[in-house]
Amino acid sequence: MTQIKSLADLKAIKQSIQAKIETREKGNAEGLVHVRVAMATCGIAAGAKTIMDYMMAETDKRGMNVVFTQTGCMGYCHAEPTIEVTLPGKEPIVFGYVDTKKADEIIEKYIKDGELVDGIIPVNYETINK
Amino acid sequence: MAKFKMHLLICGGTGCNASQSQEIAQNLKNGLKDKGLENEVQVILTGCFGFCEKGPIVKVMPDNTFYTEVKPEDAREIIEEHVVKGRKVTRLLYVDPENKQQVADSKHMGFYKKQLRIALRNCGFIDPENIEEYISEDGYSALAKCLGEMKPEEVVKEIKLSGLRGRGGGGFPTGLKWEIAAGNHADQKYVVCNADEGDPGAFMDRSILEGDPHSVIEAMAINGYAIGATKGLVYIRAEYPLAIKRLLTALEQARTFGLLGKDIFGSGFDFDIELRYGAGAFVCGEETALIHSMEGMRGEPTFKPPFPAQEGYNKKPTNVNNVETYANIPIIINKGAEWFNKIGTEKSKGTKVFALAGQINNVGLIEVPMGITLREIIYEIGGGIKDGRQFKAVQTGGPSGGCLTSAHLDTPIDYDNLIAVGSMMGSGGMVVMDETSCMVAIAKFYLEFTVEESCGKCSPCRIGNKRLYEILEKITKGNGTMEDLDNLANLSRVIKDTALCGLGQTSPNPVLSTIENFYDEYVEHIKDKKCRAGVCKSLMQYVVDPVACVGCTACARNCPVNAIQGEKKMPHVISTELCIKCGACIEKCKFGAISIQ
Repeated sequence: MTQIKSLADLKAIKQSIQAKIETREKGNAEGLVHVRVAMATCGIAAGAKTIMDYMMAETDKRGMNVVFTQTGCMGYCHAEPTIEVTLPGKEPIVFGYVDTKKADEIIEKYIKDGELVDGIIPVNYETINK
Repeated sequence: MAKFKMHLLICGGTGCNASQSQEIAQNLKNGLKDKGLENEVQVILTGCFGFCEKGPIVKVMPDNTFYTEVKPEDAREIIEEHVVKGRKVTRLLYVDPENKQQVADSKHMGFYKKQLRIALRNCGFIDPENIEEYISEDGYSALAKCLGEMKPEEVVKEIKLSGLRGRGGGGFPTGLKWEIAAGNHADQKYVVCNADEGDPGAFMDRSILEGDPHSVIEAMAINGYAIGATKGLVYIRAEYPLAIKRLLTALEQARTFGLLGKDIFGSGFDFDIELRYGAGAFVCGEETALIHSMEGMRGEPTFKPPFPAQEGYNKKPTNVNNVETYANIPIIINKGAEWFNKIGTEKSKGTKVFALAGQINNVGLIEVPMGITLREIIYEIGGGIKDGRQFKAVQTGGPSGGCLTSAHLDTPIDYDNLIAVGSMMGSGGMVVMDETSCMVAIAKFYLEFTVEESCGKCSPCRIGNKRLYEILEKITKGNGTMEDLDNLANLSRVIKDTALCGLGQTSPNPVLSTIENFYDEYVEHIKDKKCRAGVCKSLMQYVVDPVACVGCTACARNCPVNAIQGEKKMPHVISTELCIKCGACIEKCKFGAISIQ
């Protein structure tokens, strides 16, 4: 183990660990973009896992701070993989048939600029919380 | 480095540990392996989450799901449902006692809403046995800042400005203490961390050492730099094996990283820390007694002055601070005194950690800003009194503190306000009592503790407390007189004025404050020979209601001393002379015919 001899050394360690602990910190932070990936059997079979990994890696690469969580079946089994994106202060939007290309478009347009893209599944239910 | 998608945080504090949190962690790890998810989901044992009432706790990040009372066999379900399929395991979620609804997210739990975590900032968030996690939370950057950018006197000045006061109970300004120690010159000085937490029911310091040991190590090094000491000592009780283990691990890691030892951060400053184990004497929490104990002598206090800052360990200038005080230091250096002294009240800055215990729904460890009211702590964070009973009193400050009543519920809590109402902050024990607690018996309980723990050096404490205890014993037995009550108050004041150290000077507080606040209850014990809470056995009588009694003989058959007489199918009678008040008859009676009077 190398010894820490300066503030720079300390910062280097902090940087290298950051990614590891970030998942936890995001849970505590407020006002972040939140992406929920439907990961029931149907979602996983349609490739939701790949999409989640891809989006996590891509948002990281582009220096964006996004919280990813997985959820159960959202009920849109016909349109898997589906993801739900919530921008801070906005209603959640669900996108269906997400492949890596679509994911890229969602990241670039909707998450970055709030510009809607094709593939939105309109909300067709009411929740009991309302 | 692989990035984990999900983190499973398991409480590794002493409480949850005893409820098999290690097994839960192991089962979770095994379960993840079976599913091939060990590189996607990380399992971390952390420090105490504070919500000990519902332990063991498993928290899922980043979605903040808070599972309570988890058992090792629940691990499989958590993995299969939550981790794989993303469905929360609803039966393990915390249920709000108010509206009976499940709360999935810890941010919405009443227990956490009012808390402000500074000293506990990393507890339940990082892995205490991994120095890298502490570093990633800005750990050791305060030390780097001090050594690289600040002169020792600037560090002292910053702490002074922050308004931080000793969290061990006395409330002495920390910055001033450092300044005095820094001003005394010697070839060797020492900094000592007081981890001899002795109040009954208190576990603040233990939880900090278990959950975030590096914050204390870093703060001690900063303290050493500020006063010119190169050696640190932690005086910790041997009854805290887990805290000791984590502290030793942390010290080892800090040395490996060069954050302890010679030439730290290339600044030329040397500092290292050793542990000293205490055998668990309450008086050793007093700083002079603590120092004598570390020197290998009897743990007895000596007269101040000389203060430890002048002549302490090995007759060298020594600065002694409590664990929680230290835990505040790094963040004050990093965020600045200005930030810290905006929190709290005019004379008490920052937050205080309390160990919430007694007849309250949410027993646990909490950290709140100074100036919060008892009402907020008890009803909002603590979730109210158990089983819907009435609040009666809260005891703060342990054996040195006093009882506060419903009249004090809206008093903002800080050092000075608590002293003004006859109690004290103490190290942070907070025992909540309801109508089933007898205040005379409570005073007796604390006196029994003090008599046991008195070192015997000065007579007011050694003899006086014993006499206090005897008078209380007499009153609870039903033999007290009104003269006893006066003697109790007088003797208490004499002990307060004449005892040598803090233990003796504060030991009569539980008596004085209960006399002050619950005078009626004392008079009832003396004049009416009654204990309204039904605690003092000598004052109780078990009586059979002849109308309700059907003569089933169940009570008579179960009485261990044959004190109950009566024919079959005829009302029974309890002989008060023979009865030992064990309560077995009440338990066995199916007709509710036996009552306590």
